[in-house]
Amino acid sequence: MGLVAKARVKSPWIVHYCCGSCNGCDIEILACLTPMYDVERFGILNIGNPKHADLLVVTGPVNRRNVKVLQTIYEQMPAPKLVMAVGACACTGGVFHNCYNTMGGIDKVVPVDVYVPGCAARPEAIIDGVVLALDKLSKIK
Amino acid sequence: MSGYEWLIGLAALVFAPLLGGFLRGIDRKLTARMQGRIGPPIWQQFYDFFKLIGKARAVTTKGSLMWVWGYLLLTMLAVYMLFAQRDLLIIFFILAFAGACLIFGAFSVRSPYSHIGAHREIMQMLSYEPILLLAAVAIFLQTGTFKVSGIFEHDGPLLLTLPLVFVAVLIALTIKLRKSPFDISASEHAHQELVRGVYTEYSGRFLALIELTHWYELVLILAFVALFWAQPLWIGVLLALGVYFLELLVDNIEARLQWSWMLSISWAAGIGFILVNIILIELVFGNVLRL
Repeated sequence: MGLVAKARVKSPWIVHYCCGSCNGCDIEILACLTPMYDVERFGILNIGNPKHADLLVVTGPVNRRNVKVLQTIYEQMPAPKLVMAVGACACTGGVFHNCYNTMGGIDKVVPVDVYVPGCAARPEAIIDGVVLALDKLSKIK
Repeated sequence: MSGYEWLIGLAALVFAPLLGGFLRGIDRKLTARMQGRIGPPIWQQFYDFFKLIGKARAVTTKGSLMWVWGYLLLTMLAVYMLFAQRDLLIIFFILAFAGACLIFGAFSVRSPYSHIGAHREIMQMLSYEPILLLAAVAIFLQTGTFKVSGIFEHDGPLLLTLPLVFVAVLIALTIKLRKSPFDISASEHAHQELVRGVYTEYSGRFLALIELTHWYELVLILAFVALFWAQPLWIGVLLALGVYFLELLVDNIEARLQWSWMLSISWAAGIGFILVNIILIELVFGNVLRL
């Protein structure tokens, strides 16, 4: 099992879901893939398919329209899986925290493992969050 | 003919995944370098493979699993037969059956992405199968046999007499490797309109099996390219590696084409090149070359 556990840390595939973010955090996530930050050197791929992914990266305050979508994506991912909330909105609801149409943070809907605060979260912070997530992933037996 | 061909075939079955995995790793590294990135380590594919093995089992339809195994085992059979120097024509037929398994697997689930991918995969097979079969015919006209061992006994490299066939095989190769501009059935990057095409519904260890099959397929295709310079074989190996680098280059500078473009390029250029080559050799230069 040691080999699989090591491989798990070395190859986290990400599915990115934007549930109503202003696109600020989304652009910062895409910035992580550019030559400047190049997260593929750690084996991280933006895989775009929940059935292949290990890490669900969510931006934006989840609202009543897309809460079902978020749940479906989470359920489609095979275990072991982790969820990362990127940006102030995803963590707590941010500036939308008392709005009638938002749920106020994605942890109201799916279990969140890593919170990355910031508005928008910087690429360095996102990479830090991924490292934290990998740390958590390595402890899964 | 030494009688040890079956042993070479079995050895190929063991070592082909290792070689294929590293070649795919080099692919990713070189692609990253061409894009100005650092890129993953060249053994990254093995990390991905073992991670996928360790994922929880999530199966959409049981039927699709049978097709995955069919895809893997038939491709392995084709690899064995090529390295055991068997019949080239049968190898291509088995490869076609393996490709059909992938298509049936994609059709056995209800996902629309999977279905679009399967339709496009059929178009791809329609494009490259005639090229491969006609290439086998052209080789037959040169060596007098469909057997791979006949190519090794044939004196003089095939590349010198069949240069246009080689170009046509390169076109088929790009389609078969699912590289740009012909990556239409399963986009290389999954955050596109097709998600992952034919592979969309597979996950965990079954995705790992498909990855393993790709390694076999890669080695099989490059080995076929190497046959164009079978004596001495090391030139053939260099030729295959050069062709692989060319594929990566084209992959990085080309955008994806529509299926109609793929079909017209492969049928007009591919089949045209092979027919011109055969006609030139048989009718025009035939007497010169036979001397």
